Amino acid sequence: MIEFRRPEGGRLVISLQGNWREGGNYPPFAAVQNQLEQSPAPLHVAFDCSGLTGWNSVLITFLIDIIDYAQRHGIEVERESLPPGIAGLLKLAYAVPERAGARQEEARPPLVERLGQAVYGLWISTAEALSFIGEATMACGRLLRGRARFRCRELLLIIQECGIRALPIVSLISVLVGLILAFVGSIQLSMFGAQIYIANLVGIGIFRQMGAIMTGVIMAGRTGAAFAAQLGTMQTTEEIDALKTLGIPPMDYLVLPRMIALFLMMPLLCLYADFMGVLGGFIVGVTMLDLNFLEYYHQTIGAIRLNDLWVGLFMSAVFGVLIAAIGCLRGLQCERSAAAVGNATTSAVVTAIVAIVIATATITVLCNILGI
Amino acid sequence: MTDYFDSKAHIVVEELTMAYGDFVLQRDLTFTIRRGEIFIIMGGSGCGKSTLLKHLIGLKKPARGGIYFHGRNYWQMEENDREKVTRTFGVLYQGGALWSSLTLAENIALPLEEYTELSARQIRKIAALKLALVGLKGFEDYYPAQISGGMVKRAGLARAMALDPEILFFDEPSAGLDPISSRLLDDLILQLRDSLDATIVVVTHELASIFAIADNSVFLDAAAGTMIAAGNPKTLLAEAKDPVVRNFLTRGGSMPVSNPGAIGEGCR
Repeated sequence: MIEFRRPEGGRLVISLQGNWREGGNYPPFAAVQNQLEQSPAPLHVAFDCSGLTGWNSVLITFLIDIIDYAQRHGIEVERESLPPGIAGLLKLAYAVPERAGARQEEARPPLVERLGQAVYGLWISTAEALSFIGEATMACGRLLRGRARFRCRELLLIIQECGIRALPIVSLISVLVGLILAFVGSIQLSMFGAQIYIANLVGIGIFRQMGAIMTGVIMAGRTGAAFAAQLGTMQTTEEIDALKTLGIPPMDYLVLPRMIALFLMMPLLCLYADFMGVLGGFIVGVTMLDLNFLEYYHQTIGAIRLNDLWVGLFMSAVFGVLIAAIGCLRGLQCERSAAAVGNATTSAVVTAIVAIVIATATITVLCNILGI
Repeated sequence: MTDYFDSKAHIVVEELTMAYGDFVLQRDLTFTIRRGEIFIIMGGSGCGKSTLLKHLIGLKKPARGGIYFHGRNYWQMEENDREKVTRTFGVLYQGGALWSSLTLAENIALPLEEYTELSARQIRKIAALKLALVGLKGFEDYYPAQISGGMVKRAGLARAMALDPEILFFDEPSAGLDPISSRLLDDLILQLRDSLDATIVVVTHELASIFAIADNSVFLDAAAGTMIAAGNPKTLLAEAKDPVVRNFLTRGGSMPVSNPGAIGEGCR
């Protein structure tokens, strides 16, 4: 696509040919550099574009390489010999000199600085979380005094969204978890001929821990993420600013109904998940381990204490508040871009699941100490 | 008190410095917005016009200096008083910022339900009236997602007027509107000023709008980091010496053309 001519002393003519739009093998800049370095070194570079039938940005960048090289080595480039379209684009490209400091160096800060930044970041996010908890507590106080400002219809909508609409996924996951527990347990227990204790394993496991934890994880992914995305989007579209300028605290209007809804719905969903999980174990027990229907039923009833149920329900209510608060916090912290909404959603789910695990551990230890 | 607190002063901005953390966006802003006037905040992209609006409506706290409403410093008031002052604002956000889960009528009704003792029937009637004022009669039960961008903006204006505000703030009202809609919006702003007797503050860089509606203005410059002109834009056009202001008001009339690097650089 290029040829070189040296018509007279001190002049290099680069002849550009063919259709650069068709692609193919573009000439490397090294070929031109070779020519420019050959002695006698040229003083002028000119272009012959008579054979050029089409061009694209590759040609422009190629020419920029030549011009930059020539400038560095004091060689004059005759840009007038280029077609007007190309000359115009080159003129635009060189119209504004590079701004000093515009190029971002990817220098890695030293370890101490990074550590300091990380600790500072942690401090800031802890302070934000604490102030959120404080505001949420005050909003709860206003709620108890009947002075919280939110629309009941909004609350009912959220309850419907995170309650009834979550039933299918909660059913599916809980039955499967019950099935899995029973399956895994049956292999071990049948070695001792103790298949009937599958009912105990599944019953206690689901009622005391697994029902609440699985519901929590499902709701963190389903509803916590939705809260973060909703509030994050409201942040980007200035809807939250609009609330604030009307003097309606977002804490009352947006966060409180979401926390109330999950606080009320989580125990109900958990209870439902408990029964579904036991049903899963029951299916394995009766169909695969040849246990009697009534036998399994009585064994389950005998195994589960009321305390197991209360502990599970209490945990789920705690999870509900945690999931809603974390989802809303991440949504309110969201910056104003589409990517930020994505990050807020991810962070809401991750933080909520971590919080669920930590809360479970804490409650389990407490129950152990209290002998519940 | 200094002379910019005159008897007609509605909002006074005194030596305001706006900053994000350590980064100072604008400093030493001092100007007066008088009752019943249409005041324009203008300047090139990125000079801090919208941030100044955020300060005026109480969403951001000044790094230094004060903002006074009827002579009282907004950030030194009791929280209750501050809320009362905030309630005299109506804000039209750039994208409308209608609450997407509520219908247009509910959007307008929400502030009314919050702050008035009116019956549901009266509120509904007022919502319908406000929508009619912006030419959206009959759209009460539409959701924001069901109407066009221009209509969302008008509905946003209807909501901004819900509480019969003393001050209406507009953030880039003509952004995203065609020239005719933009002109009609200007007419609407003029009409509202006259009928509501409200003070109107508009952030814009739309020259046609500026000359059509402005009584007074302030010009922010990103490079100078402060205001470099204030006054009626027509007077500024005739008298301003500063080349940056002149370039802005003449649409870059005296600037070298074909300089892509100057786009969004504050008319230098």
